[in-house]
Amino acid sequence: MFIINCPFCGERDQSEFKAGGEAHIERPKQPTELNDEEWAEYLFMRKNIKGIQFERWNHAHGCRKWFNMLRDTSNDEIKLIYKMGEKSPIE
Amino acid sequence: MPKNLRVKSSNFIDETTRVSFKFNGKNYHGFKGDTLASALLANGIHLVGRSFKYHRPRGIMTAGSEEPNAIVQVGNDKAITEPNVRATEVEIYNGLEATSQNCWPSVNFDIGGINNLLSPFLPAGFYYKTFMWPASFWEKYEYLIRHSAGLGKSPTKPDTDIYDHKYVHCDVLVIGGGISGIMAAKTAAQNNLKTLLLDEKTEIGGTTIYQNSDNFKIENKVSSEWLTNEISSLKKLDNLEIKTRTSVAAYHGYNFLLARENLTDHLSASEKKNKVRQRLLKIRAMKVIVATGSLERPLIFNNNDRPGIMLSSAVKKYVDYYGVICGEKNVFFTNNDSAYESAISLSKKGIKVNAIVDIREKSESLIIKEAENLDIKIYWSHTVVDTHGYKKLKQISIMKLSEDAQSVIGSRINVDCDCLGVAGGWTPAVHLFTQSGGKLKFRDVDQVFVPNKYPSKQISIGSCDGDFELDKIIKNSSSSLKDFLEIDKTDYENLSVVNSKEANKKNIWLLPSDKVIGKTKPFVDYQNDATAKDIKLALREGFRSIEHVKRYTTTGMGTDQGKLGNMHALGIIADTTGVKMGELGTTTFRPPYTPLTFGTIVGRNVGEYFDIFRRTPMNDWHIENKAKFENVGQWKRAWYYPQNNESMHEAVQRESLAARASAGILDASTLGKIDIQGSDTSEFLNRVYTNAWSKLEIGKCRYGLMLNEDGMVYDDGVTTRISENHYIMTTTTGGAANVMGKLEDYLQTEWPELDVYLTSVTDHFATASVCGSNSKKILNKLIPDLNLSDENFPHMSFKEAQIGKIKCRVMRISFTGELSYEINVQANYGKSLWEQCMEAGKEFNITPYGTETMHLLRAEKGFIIVGQDTDGTMTPIDLQMDWIVSKKKYDFIGKRSLYRSDTMREDRKHLVGLATDDPKEVLEEGAQIVSELNQSPVQMLGHVTSSYFSPNLNKSIALAVVRGGKSMLGKKLFIPMESRTINVTVTDSVFLDKENERLNA
Ligand SMILES: [Zn+2]
Repeated sequence: MFIINCPFCGERDQSEFKAGGEAHIERPKQPTELNDEEWAEYLFMRKNIKGIQFERWNHAHGCRKWFNMLRDTSNDEIKLIYKMGEKSPIE
Repeated sequence: MPKNLRVKSSNFIDETTRVSFKFNGKNYHGFKGDTLASALLANGIHLVGRSFKYHRPRGIMTAGSEEPNAIVQVGNDKAITEPNVRATEVEIYNGLEATSQNCWPSVNFDIGGINNLLSPFLPAGFYYKTFMWPASFWEKYEYLIRHSAGLGKSPTKPDTDIYDHKYVHCDVLVIGGGISGIMAAKTAAQNNLKTLLLDEKTEIGGTTIYQNSDNFKIENKVSSEWLTNEISSLKKLDNLEIKTRTSVAAYHGYNFLLARENLTDHLSASEKKNKVRQRLLKIRAMKVIVATGSLERPLIFNNNDRPGIMLSSAVKKYVDYYGVICGEKNVFFTNNDSAYESAISLSKKGIKVNAIVDIREKSESLIIKEAENLDIKIYWSHTVVDTHGYKKLKQISIMKLSEDAQSVIGSRINVDCDCLGVAGGWTPAVHLFTQSGGKLKFRDVDQVFVPNKYPSKQISIGSCDGDFELDKIIKNSSSSLKDFLEIDKTDYENLSVVNSKEANKKNIWLLPSDKVIGKTKPFVDYQNDATAKDIKLALREGFRSIEHVKRYTTTGMGTDQGKLGNMHALGIIADTTGVKMGELGTTTFRPPYTPLTFGTIVGRNVGEYFDIFRRTPMNDWHIENKAKFENVGQWKRAWYYPQNNESMHEAVQRESLAARASAGILDASTLGKIDIQGSDTSEFLNRVYTNAWSKLEIGKCRYGLMLNEDGMVYDDGVTTRISENHYIMTTTTGGAANVMGKLEDYLQTEWPELDVYLTSVTDHFATASVCGSNSKKILNKLIPDLNLSDENFPHMSFKEAQIGKIKCRVMRISFTGELSYEINVQANYGKSLWEQCMEAGKEFNITPYGTETMHLLRAEKGFIIVGQDTDGTMTPIDLQMDWIVSKKKYDFIGKRSLYRSDTMREDRKHLVGLATDDPKEVLEEGAQIVSELNQSPVQMLGHVTSSYFSPNLNKSIALAVVRGGKSMLGKKLFIPMESRTINVTVTDSVFLDKENERLNA
């Protein structure tokens, strides 16, 4: 059970949060311009890596804000948390 | 009359307080402070159970939570009885009743014992091999296996005990109250850290607390005396809390731990009444110090499981702590110095030690000199090759080991013996450390796994860190504490310590016998009856991974998770395959460390608190009027209102007729409601719904369908424009929270530029929906000021009004196809609103109807229910709702997916209506639909999603999803049931009032 440092509320127990999958997958601005393959890439393809992963999290039982997290999935260490809209600090 | 098996020397047993208890129906007594195990041993009872597979007689083996054999059922009440309890952990109290498990009819005469004679035919994997075929027989096999296995009895009535959960926060958590745990707790608390010390035993002090020998001294005092002083100064510290009888069950990441505090299991029935039995502590610690000690290893030799064969450390604890003599003719069998401690303890109390069998060639430590001085016969380089005595050990046979220790030489020497203490060295208790994600390393010199990498702020100290000798424990614990707690000094630097043992040991995982291995029974896992032979067989059959060998042989799969024998299993695999121990890896120890009761896990969340539920403001009225309820999401919704012993069918038929013929009323308060405000709301709605929202006028309502990005229907509902920038959206009852979450997600992450604000207002409003041809008259009585004419208040529009002083929002919208009004008031007025509607509707026979009638009425109109007629694989096109999908809009959630090759397939499942040939026949929801009867394999075209008998049409109606259904209108299909086949015809999905005339009745 992690402790997550919500950028709006501070450190809270993981049970207050909801995981929202991989981060930095922007919804295409013009979906109709995409062919099936490109749309499928956006719709279905997600990394699921053992190691450092960019993730979206939501403080569902708190401020309800979404934010981004850099987490090592091999040991659950949270490396970094930053707000939605902020650029990923590591590319 | 049994002999006196007590010695008067124990500080921990109160011999003035007799305690009576029952074991297997017979009365015994022990003393306050005894465990069931120590009290039974004091009564001369070793045989307490039968083994799982061969039903071999088994005795008490240990004095702690690692006990594999002495597993009992405590209590014989139907509500309060607990199986799989370790007799070594049960503290006796007056009235305790315990019984042996896994034997029938009794522990002394057990029918399953015949398995022992059959054992050549019950090798590893026997069950897998024998009961695999034919598969259809499995049910019978399972019954037989379970019947003969019988791991205790579950209570058959609800648990009447009270359990609790508690959150605990501390700076430092110390697990284990042995000498190093006490050092840690005292040091932490002295340094102003809020400290919690947990120990699974009745008292803290570990094994040192009864170490009364001059062989182990600290600051010139015997170690027990020194530790007693430490404990009394420890107890004076302010910021320290000590919880005993508390066992840590799980150690998760981020220093989150679960512990079970046992509060009343040691009390008699009258003492424990109305008290919380067990409490689950949910601990979050800044730092964790693991001082869980170590478990003594048994030795693996032929017939090493007879009652009377115990761990050497247990024999010592029984005499030193409980004052109980385990045997009158004692022999110790060892590969290291620790057995000598036990032998000396016994000898000094005048208890006969016949011999020590040591597989080493020699050892020079002080403690061995002392044993020799006490005239204890030591057999160096010898091993036990066999043991004798069925229900109780009588004699052992020993032989000399060959030079390479791979075989035995010479001839058997028989030694009389009724208690054999075995000492195979120590295994650090790293279970919690590994649960936390810690990685182990293998230490070759003494063949142990020790903590290597810590995944969180934690350390292991003492013997769980691989320090087994007193001087090392103190020195290393002290320096570890200094580093870990970032302090300058501890009280324990430069203590003078006397330690007469040496670490020297000779490790042989499987000891040789004069018999071939096939003729021996060297048990590795006592509880599950797995022998070294089984492990070797598994390896011969090609199993290599330790996890596979474990499952195939069931080694380590018992309730004790193989605490005693797992290392030996690994060792035997390593020896047999030639792989190094360190490279073999270990099996995973999973939480809980010792079994937890379900009561502790659920705590107070039982009965009505088991699952959260919500009730509407009209709920009391529904109860007073005998409504039956159904669960919809978290809500308790009125399902139907039976009158005069009506069946559900009768009630629903009556309600459905009345709602159309005159007037019906439904509690619709549970519908999700989201208040949406902001200047970009109409743009936002355009993006989340499939249809167009830009032109919705103020005061008008519109039905909307929401998709997932994959194009599948997600939710639906009506949204009303209340003013320029203010809308109220309704969602399905079950989908409300998810829709809210989804909308927030898009607003925050994809479209932060939109000026839109969402507020969930579901339980701010109570909603009564009045429908039927007389609903307008009822509303007119209720709100005379409101102009209900079709010109002023047409279908799909909204008005604000007042019922007396109650402000309300009225929407003329319909889910039944009837003229219908939804009246929303502030939730507090919900019941009043309902009662006023009932009063106004009285002359029109207004009929309250529940969710079942609602479902029937909407099915007559072919309206879908998301989640019933859809299942996450239906697009609006599949539902034949093309009319709601805007072609003009550039984008909305899910739009692009409607043009994927897969969603455009013609042979997708489509929503259609079904008419049965026999109009009285009502289909079963979920029934499969086929077009050919004599096909093999038969092709399933789809299934029935909604089915009712419509009283308004006087025939059955059904909705179904059918592959390629759109082009099947009029086609005959079949629904094969268990005993017959029902013929149906594909129809339109709207059954009643296709022209929507009733909306303006
Ligand atoms: Zn927050």
